[in-house]
Amino acid sequence: MSGVRVLVGTKKGAFILTSDGKREKWDISGPHFAGWEMYHLKGAPSDPNRIYASQTSGWFGQIIQRSDDGGRTWFQPGTPPGETTGPGGAPKGESNKFVYDTSAETGKPLTTHQFYDGTQHPWEFKRVWHLEPSLTDPDTVYAGVEDAALFKTANGGKTWEELSGLRGHGTGPKWQPGAGGMCLHTIVLDPKNAGRIFIAISAAGAFRSDDSGKTWKPINKGLRSQYIPEPEAEVGHCVHRIAQAKAKPNLLYMQKHWDVMRSLDAGETWTEVSGNLPTDFGFVIDVHAHDPETVYVVPIKSDGEHYPLDGKLRVYRSKTGGNEWQELSKGLPEKDCYVNVLRDAMAVDSLDKCGIYFGTTGGQVYCSPDSGDTWAPVVRDLPAVYSVEVQTL
Amino acid sequence: MIRVELPSHLRALAQVKGEVTLEVEGVVSVLSVLDALEARYPMLGGTIRDHATQQRRPFLRFFACGEDLSHDPMDRPLPAEVANGKEPLLVIGAIAGG
Repeated sequence: MSGVRVLVGTKKGAFILTSDGKREKWDISGPHFAGWEMYHLKGAPSDPNRIYASQTSGWFGQIIQRSDDGGRTWFQPGTPPGETTGPGGAPKGESNKFVYDTSAETGKPLTTHQFYDGTQHPWEFKRVWHLEPSLTDPDTVYAGVEDAALFKTANGGKTWEELSGLRGHGTGPKWQPGAGGMCLHTIVLDPKNAGRIFIAISAAGAFRSDDSGKTWKPINKGLRSQYIPEPEAEVGHCVHRIAQAKAKPNLLYMQKHWDVMRSLDAGETWTEVSGNLPTDFGFVIDVHAHDPETVYVVPIKSDGEHYPLDGKLRVYRSKTGGNEWQELSKGLPEKDCYVNVLRDAMAVDSLDKCGIYFGTTGGQVYCSPDSGDTWAPVVRDLPAVYSVEVQTL
Repeated sequence: MIRVELPSHLRALAQVKGEVTLEVEGVVSVLSVLDALEARYPMLGGTIRDHATQQRRPFLRFFACGEDLSHDPMDRPLPAEVANGKEPLLVIGAIAGG
């Protein structure tokens, strides 16, 4: 382990930040895909040079990009760089084709979900929010999309198929969009149980599959959301993010719309651990790479005011699995800071001294090379940051 | 030869500069031009018309010879000036958003 590569998706392109293990001096490359919204980039754990990126646009729709050389060059899977393909050529240009399952066998009942006005509304693909490469196979990737559904590729992104058991397990018609749309934004692959997948949807809640995505069940017991008609409903909760303690994979943490939650039993039940947080609204949550009880959040003032309390950007760390939280401020703005930190914009590396990273809607990416004790900006003036991932090289 | 002018982001995706020229067999319509465009540049599939519905994406427009053809049936023949290559078919991104 000699360094890190931080993959940053922003409102107007992607950036790649690299450093050695000290994480003090950084090389910045980008913008890649200048002008496009880059919702998420993530490297394959089994091949760090393989990176997938979700490139999207209100004008031109969804594009999937792939790099096989650590982000130096990119291509749309199925369409190699520099090549154009005529009829009959192998590449089909379908790497951006996300079509919901409408087959008679599995897709027929999956026609509508609840809309803002309470009526039923057809599922319409808008974009890919999150890409999660398999832990073992660089060609297998899961994609969380809006309107909420889970897709999978097994050929390096050339084609995608919906895992329709998620929408079809029974609660789909009750899902409804949150303020940001009805998005499947979190995908967690269990490192010890190959068939176990956790996902989260705004605003439906958390769900788990134990058979590689064929069948699903809601895992929202213990969540309480006062803003929905039935506060302890099976689905309808606005889960913002789930993070897993990799060494103890049944231990999950959740940043809900309001409330920070913890589960000790792979999501079967949840307990609130907001404790002494100054506000328990927020978007990001992540877990220390080596200590399952150390968890990080960035408290945001409220759902109506998406910025830190009192203009002071703070990370909060608990070393006790929640409830007891410590303010981390050294190196972060002390005043006049009114940025947000979006749900996919925090990551941790796995160097011995765990590094913590997060990006803001003000275009800053901060790094703490010492588990949160001190912070420094890696870059200050990027477009609004949508996502931050880190590869430990 | 049919001339097509694409927005800059789509030119970047297709790795082309300037206008695209295409051979189109049969009736020259938006539909047949897009079919030819996507056959030659498969990376543009889904970017101008939706993969599932095959409808024009909402923030794109088709202009030719000073007219907005966006709401015409996609299989309606394009003006003769486009069919004979004197004028390009313009694919225009709406001025919206940030």
